[in-house]
Amino acid sequence: MSGYAATLAAAGPVIPNFGAHSSKCVVENRFFCGDWVSRNWDSVLWPALRQHVMLTAIAVGIGFLISIALALAAHRYGWLERPTLLVTTILYTIPSLALFELLVAPVGANIYAAEIALVSYTLLILFRNILTGLREVPDEVLDAAEGMGMTRGQALLRVELPLALPAIVAGLRIAVVTIIALATIVYTIYDKGLGVPIHTALGEGPFKTELLVAGGLTVLLALVADGLLVLLQRVLTPWTRARAT
Amino acid sequence: MKTADTAHNEGSSAFAKAAEQESRAAELELQGVSKRYPGQREPAIADLSFTVPAGEVCVLVGPSGSGKTTAMRLINRMISISGGDILLGGHSVLQRDARELRREIGYVIQQIGLFPHQTVGENIATVPGLLGWSKERTAARVKELLELIDLDPQGWAGRYPAQLSGGQRQRVGVARALAADPPLMLMDEPFGAIDPINRMRLQDEFLALQEKVRKTVVFVTHDIDEAIKMGDRIAILREGGHLAQYDTPREILTHPADDFVAEFVGADRGIKRLSLTTLGELKLAEPNGLQPGALRAPAQTSVRDALSMILTANGEPLAVVDGDDRVQGLLTLSHFEQLLSEEASANGRAPGNGAADAGAPGDGATAREVS
Amino acid sequence: MHQFVEAFEFIGRNGAISGQSGLPSLSHLALETLKVGAIGVAISIAIAVPVGVWLGHLHRGSFVAINLGNIGRALPSLAVLAIGDAFLGLGLTVVELALVILAVPPIITNAYLGVDGVDRDLVDAARGMGMSEGEILRRVELPLAVPLIFAGIRTAAVFVISTTTIASLAGFSGTLGDPIANETSYHFSGVLGAAICVAALALVVEGVLTLLQRGLTPRGVRVERDVEIGMGAPAPGLT
Repeated sequence: MSGYAATLAAAGPVIPNFGAHSSKCVVENRFFCGDWVSRNWDSVLWPALRQHVMLTAIAVGIGFLISIALALAAHRYGWLERPTLLVTTILYTIPSLALFELLVAPVGANIYAAEIALVSYTLLILFRNILTGLREVPDEVLDAAEGMGMTRGQALLRVELPLALPAIVAGLRIAVVTIIALATIVYTIYDKGLGVPIHTALGEGPFKTELLVAGGLTVLLALVADGLLVLLQRVLTPWTRARAT
Repeated sequence: MKTADTAHNEGSSAFAKAAEQESRAAELELQGVSKRYPGQREPAIADLSFTVPAGEVCVLVGPSGSGKTTAMRLINRMISISGGDILLGGHSVLQRDARELRREIGYVIQQIGLFPHQTVGENIATVPGLLGWSKERTAARVKELLELIDLDPQGWAGRYPAQLSGGQRQRVGVARALAADPPLMLMDEPFGAIDPINRMRLQDEFLALQEKVRKTVVFVTHDIDEAIKMGDRIAILREGGHLAQYDTPREILTHPADDFVAEFVGADRGIKRLSLTTLGELKLAEPNGLQPGALRAPAQTSVRDALSMILTANGEPLAVVDGDDRVQGLLTLSHFEQLLSEEASANGRAPGNGAADAGAPGDGATAREVS
Repeated sequence: MHQFVEAFEFIGRNGAISGQSGLPSLSHLALETLKVGAIGVAISIAIAVPVGVWLGHLHRGSFVAINLGNIGRALPSLAVLAIGDAFLGLGLTVVELALVILAVPPIITNAYLGVDGVDRDLVDAARGMGMSEGEILRRVELPLAVPLIFAGIRTAAVFVISTTTIASLAGFSGTLGDPIANETSYHFSGVLGAAICVAALALVVEGVLTLLQRGLTPRGVRVERDVEIGMGAPAPGLT
């Protein structure tokens, strides 16, 4: 227990050393130093935020494409459901820190490993929600669609998928929020994203302002994304709010 | 099929004119149709043959398990046929692409199946869209159909099914089936999920519609009363899809082919038969000595309802009036005896012999049919 | 890949590193992880299940129950731990606090949904038979809600194991996260070895909880709930 713990302890409480630019607030490590934020926004916080959005968007985008393919396949061939659920559950269960490291071995400590891991975490929730959404389409609606002469593809595109949208968007919301939170760990193998300033802050005391701002930005990002998706769903599914007059 | 070409090739104005004159209807013929499910000993449908003349409503009726819905779904190939053939307008449906075939057949099911995510207008426009109609033509057709089912296009075309009542949804379902002016309509218990009062209204509306558009219709129901009301012809099916009788309602009520039909039709078939005639069709008595406060009924009233009114009024005579409320004649209980003798002579039998057959009022006879 | 071979060797040595004495063994770290996690989950269950179940029974507070789930999902574990560290110092108590904060939302949401979603007709019939509110909860709603409640607990358990290892990044030592957070001391083989152990640990816990769930689910309910092997994100469309 002594070796590395001692090293950590020796690091001690460090006052962020920004040389001539240190303000009183920073030196005293108060909760929130506005001047530090404005000075470091362009160099530290905004790039981290941008990267975080990119990481999330790529992961959810790819995850969505894979999940919808899997869900359509399982919708058509029911027996695919259980094995797919099993695999995606296993992937989801592996803690993020472990999965990242496990991927580094074959893939390297780069964006690929990070994205593969993040994508894996989206699969379970997206697959389940898309499949459930497709299944919840009432039988008689499908019967009517076929009876009117739609091909399978037409029924899927014009009837089943639109009706599955609420469930699909619900899944997207969960996936997006989950990935935004998880992406803070990416820095351990690939130094991009809002995890970077959190990590920097941790190593300095921890430096409260940077910590709070980076952490706060992550949560804010998640809530904003969630809200946007709710709006998106309202726009895409006007019929869900129509009620008998 | 001349008006069909007009409807499809010319613009919407020509279409409206065509609809006024005559819209498409084709003859439907089932030839030795059979359906067997794998692993089942008995076929669902053994050997079904009948022809529905163009423009007529044929009602498939029977107890559950009689294969009536199966038979209907064989026509538009929602279920694959095991043997035999089905001809629509002289052409075998088996030779055509199933999807194309279905776009030419109006399909109305019990739970309607309106697309919840589309407006009423978009729902109705479905098959025209699949057929590639132009936007203008489709829009005109949607407007026309909404007016036909008594829903103001302005207010209703943009509504969603969730905003409609059950009866309105059912009407939109029928309109949707009529959209591409199909030569054949298939209706599977379309009014089954509606309450009795609205059901009656919908049945009347559909009959009025049918007067205008004169489609060939195959209508499935388990309700013999509905069958009698809606059908030009009735096909009574027994278990296994066996055709027990295929005839006009009057014939079936007068001469049921066997015990099964007689029982299915009901012991009160004599009374049921009275609903097939209206007062205006009878030879009425002179309205002599008519009291001012006498019982009245319009000429369109069915004889059955009139009988009910007379019985309720303790045998009072009934004054039959025309549209301007002028008394045309009088109906009394003695008329029914006369009706009896007329029927009997038409059937070649003296009144009082096999009285059950002539359906005397109140005669819930269980005597067997003797013909 | 040779890295995996070395990693397994590391595991085989129970985490010993040549040239470093006094390092805790892998088995010790694993046990500590389980201990810390178990405490966190236990506390969370004690708080979240009663509250969620009662709210669900009353069919009240859905807004709170469900949005708590949303917010809980949005909280990055690292940030929560780091903030705890910044303001309170990172001891076992603070870590457990962070674990509870992260584990309560999924449990409460699922407990709520599980009980709230029980067929109202059933509850009505039970009430009509003269059962008290508590009896209804115990004999009708809870057994039917078991699958969802357990799904929530399973989600929380995995969150907790994950966060416990992440705690090492924030400076909390003693768990399987240590080797991963200290690559310089442990080398990549140690990191990978620990990662394999963490993954295995999580899968085993998930497996055990699933079996427990199967065992506790009344037989009649088990039949229809067979698909619920998923990680128990609350029912789609509701969150």
